[in-house]
Amino acid sequence: MTSLGLQTKEIDHGHSHEVSEPVNYLNCDHSFKSWLLSLDHKRIGLMYLVTITLAFMLGGIMAGVVRLELVTPKGDVVSSDTYNKSFTSHGVVMLFFFLIPSIPAVLGNFVLPLMIGAKDVAFPRLNLLSFYIYLLGAIIAMTALLLGGVDTGWTFYTPYSSTYSNSYVTVMAIGLFITGFSSILTGLNFVVTVHRMRAPGLTWFRLPLFIWALYATSVVQLLGTPVIAISLALVGVERVLGVGIFDPRLGGDPVLFQHLFWFYSHPAVYIMILPSLGLISDVIATFSRKNVFGYHIIAFSSVAIAVFGFIVWAHHMFTTGLSPYAAMVFSMLTFSVAIPSGIKVFTWLATMWRGAISYETPMIYAIAFIGLFTIGGLTGLFLSTLGTDIHLHDTYFVVAHFHYIMVGGAILGYMAGIHFWWPKITGRMYSEFWGRLSAGIIFIGFNFTFFPQFILGYLGMPRRYHEYPEELQVLNVFSSAGATVLAVGYLMPLFYFAHSFFFGKKAGSNPYGATTLDWTETSSPPSPHNFEKTPVVTEEPYIFHGKEAAVVSH
Amino acid sequence: MSAINQSVHDHGHHKDLAHHFDSLEQQHDANTLGMWAFLLTEVLFFGALFAAYTVYRYKYPTVFEEASNQLDITLGAINTAILIGSSLTMALAVRCSQVGSQKWTGHWLILTILFGCGFLGVKYVEWKHDYDIKLMPGKNFFHWQYAKEAKKMHAHGGGHALPDPNKVPKDDDPELGVKARLESEQARLFFLLYFCMTSLHALHMLIGFGIIVVIAYHAYKGAYSPEYYTPVELIGLYWHFVDIVWIFLFPLLYLLGAHLGH
Amino acid sequence: MASENHAHHEPASLVTYIGTFLALMVLTVITVIAGFQNFGVWNTPIALGIAVTKAAMVVLIFMHAYHSSPVTKLVIVASVFFLVIMIGMTLSDYISRGWTL
Repeated sequence: MTSLGLQTKEIDHGHSHEVSEPVNYLNCDHSFKSWLLSLDHKRIGLMYLVTITLAFMLGGIMAGVVRLELVTPKGDVVSSDTYNKSFTSHGVVMLFFFLIPSIPAVLGNFVLPLMIGAKDVAFPRLNLLSFYIYLLGAIIAMTALLLGGVDTGWTFYTPYSSTYSNSYVTVMAIGLFITGFSSILTGLNFVVTVHRMRAPGLTWFRLPLFIWALYATSVVQLLGTPVIAISLALVGVERVLGVGIFDPRLGGDPVLFQHLFWFYSHPAVYIMILPSLGLISDVIATFSRKNVFGYHIIAFSSVAIAVFGFIVWAHHMFTTGLSPYAAMVFSMLTFSVAIPSGIKVFTWLATMWRGAISYETPMIYAIAFIGLFTIGGLTGLFLSTLGTDIHLHDTYFVVAHFHYIMVGGAILGYMAGIHFWWPKITGRMYSEFWGRLSAGIIFIGFNFTFFPQFILGYLGMPRRYHEYPEELQVLNVFSSAGATVLAVGYLMPLFYFAHSFFFGKKAGSNPYGATTLDWTETSSPPSPHNFEKTPVVTEEPYIFHGKEAAVVSH
Repeated sequence: MSAINQSVHDHGHHKDLAHHFDSLEQQHDANTLGMWAFLLTEVLFFGALFAAYTVYRYKYPTVFEEASNQLDITLGAINTAILIGSSLTMALAVRCSQVGSQKWTGHWLILTILFGCGFLGVKYVEWKHDYDIKLMPGKNFFHWQYAKEAKKMHAHGGGHALPDPNKVPKDDDPELGVKARLESEQARLFFLLYFCMTSLHALHMLIGFGIIVVIAYHAYKGAYSPEYYTPVELIGLYWHFVDIVWIFLFPLLYLLGAHLGH
Repeated sequence: MASENHAHHEPASLVTYIGTFLALMVLTVITVIAGFQNFGVWNTPIALGIAVTKAAMVVLIFMHAYHSSPVTKLVIVASVFFLVIMIGMTLSDYISRGWTL
C-alpha cells in the first residue's frame, strides 16, 4: 500500500523486475470499450482533449489559408468564395468545437470533482452522452465542410444565410444545433455537481476560484445555448420551407436574427473566457505561494460577468439601424461589464505582489495572460463607444480585439491549465525548458500576428475581405509571419507532452505545492474513484502556511 | 451527513443508490435540481420563439389579430382544458408514487398519456383544417387570400365548403395592391410562428409520452417506493412544464383577435 | 454539506390537487371570456396576467416548488428573469426606434 492508502497491483511486464504500480484511472482497464463507454469524468475529459485538439488543428489550418491569402494585396491564392468559406469554418470550428468546450469539457470535467471532493460529476451518463453529442455535431459540421463549406461568416447573418447563400448552411445549422446540447448538458452537470456534491466542510466561500468560474460558465451555457439553437433552427426552416421570418422581402426582419443570435453569442464569449479567469487565479496563487487577494471579490466578479454578459449583446449591432436609445443603453452596460474583469486583473497583481514567485510554465502563461487579456479588454472599450465603433466595426480592429481575448486570453489560459494539471492527469512531469520555450514562441508569434491588426483596423481595413489596398501590405505580412511563428509554438507541446507521457519523471501527488483538494488528496494520476476517503475541508483554499519557503525544484 | 472516513466501496447501500452519491437524499436532491436546470434551458428555448412572436406582433398588430381569427378558439380552449386535466392526472401519479401506490401510479400515468393523445388528436383536426384552407407553411402554401375567402364563405353559412382556387387571386397578385400583399406577408409570419411553436410543443409532448410509458412500466413492476420515486417526480416536472408552455401559447396565439368579433 | 437537509414534506392532499385543477379551469374560462371583450390596450396585459397566475399555480402546487429548496426557487426566478431580459430588451429596440419598420 502506498502512503495515500492506495491499492496497488502487480504488473507483469515479462521483464526481470516486478513493479508495483498503484491502480489509477489510466491503468485500471485498457480495453477500447472501457474508454469509449467510460463513465469516469477523468477519462471523458481526456477523450474531449483528443477531439478538441483535432478541432484546434483544423481551425488552425483554416486560419493558415486566410493568412496565406492576406500576404498579398490581391486575391491570388484562393477564390473569394473559398476565402469566405475559410474564414467561416475557421470561426465555426474554433468557437464551437474548440473554445467553448475547451476548458469546461477538458479541464472542468477532469478537475471539478477532484477539487470539490466528489467521486464523479452528478450525472456521469449524461456526461458521456454529452461527449457523443459533441462528436455527432462535429461529424455533421465536418460533413457540411466536406460537401463544400459555408460562406456566411460564423455569424450566419440573414437574409444571406437564410435565403441567398448557396452553401451548406442547413447542414451546418443542424450540426451546431446538436453540438449545443453537449454544451448544455455539461453546464447542467457542473451546476448540479457544485450545488449538491461538495465535500463536508466545503462551503461556497471555501471553493477554489476555478470552481466559481466553472459554475458561472455553466450558468451561461444553460441560459444562452437554447436561444442560438432556435435561431439556427429558424434559419434552417427559412431555407427549407422558403418562408420569410428574417427576409425583408417577405415581411421579416434581419435584425431580429441578430438580436436572437447575439443574445447567445455574446455570453458565449464569456463561456470561453470565464474558466480561464478562474484557472489563472489558481495558478497565480500557487506559483506565488500566496493567498489570493480579494477572494470574495473575485468570486462575485465571476458571477457578475456571467449575469452582466447577458445584457450587453446589442453592442455587436450598433451599425444595423438599432434605436439610438437602445444603442446608448447597451453601450453603457457594456462599459459596466468591463469592471469585474478589470477587478480581476488588479487582484492577480495584488496576489503576486510580495509573493514567492517561481516561473514554471503555467506561471509564464499566466503572466502573459494578464498582459494580453488587459490589452484585449481595453480595446473592447473603443468598440463599446458608439462613435468609435461606427468607424471600427467590421474592421481588423475588432478581429485583433477578440483574438487578444480569445487567444491571448482563453487559449493561453487553457495552455496554463493543461501545463498546470498535466502532472495530475498523467502522473508525469514535462520538460520545463521546452514548456517555457514554446510559451515564449507562442507569446512572440501571437503579438506579431495580432498587434498589427489593431493598426490595420484603425487604418480602415475591413474584415472578411480577401484583398486590400497595397499600402496595407507590410502590416499584413507581419501578421502572416507572426502566424507562422505562432503555429510552431502550438505544435511544440505535442512533442514534449508525448515525450512526457511515456518518459517523463514521475510527478508525485503535488509537485507544485498547491493547496486545493485535487492536489492534496489525490494521487497523480488519481485512482478511479478519486478519493480513498471522502475529504473534509476545514479552511479556505490557498492557505500556504509556511509553505512559501518551499522551493520546488525539478 | 456522510461519515468522515466513509469507505468508497460500501456495499451496504440501497439498490437505487448510484455509486457516486453518498445517500438517497443527496441523489434525489441532485436529480431534481438537474431537472429544474433542464427546464430552465427549455424556458429560454421556447422563449426565443416567444421573442420572435413578440417582435412581429408589435410590428404588425392588426394583421396578427386578423390572422389569429383563422384559428378555432373552441378547439384551442378544449385543448387547454385537456392539458390541464393531464397535469392533474400527472400530479396524482406523482402523489401515488410518493405514498407507495404503485399500480395507481401506473394508471394515472397512462391516463396522462390518454389525455395527451386527446390533445394531439384535436391538434390534428386543427392542422388538417389549416392545410385545407392553405395556411400550412411551405413553398406553395400560405395562401392568405384563400384562407380569408374560405372564412367569408364559412361565415355566410357555407359550411366547410372550400372556395375554388382558380377564382381566388394569389397573394402576390399585382391587382391586389401593395397593402394586401404586405398583409399576406405579415399574416404568413403569424402562421409560421404558430406552426413552429405548436409543433415544438407537440414534439415535447411526444417525447414525454415515450418517457411516461417507460416509467409507467417500471411503476407496474414495482420499481418505486416512498424512498425512491424520483423518476416519477422528474417526468412530472417535465410534463407540468409542457402544460405551462401551452398556458401561454393559448391566449397569445388564439385569443389576440377575439375581441374583434368574427 | 453535500446536500441540504430540507424536510421531505408529506405529499399534498387530494383536495389541494383537485382544487388547483378546478381553479385552473375557472381561470381558463375567464381568459376566454376576457379575450372576447374589448379592453383596448389592456387585453394583452390581462391575458398575460391570467396566464402568469395559472403558470404560478402549476409551478407552486403541481410542481411542488412551494416546498422546494432555495436553489430550485433561484432557478425558477432566474429563468423568468432572463426570459424577460431577452424579450424586453429586444422589444425595447423596436419600441424606441421612432420610425416605422
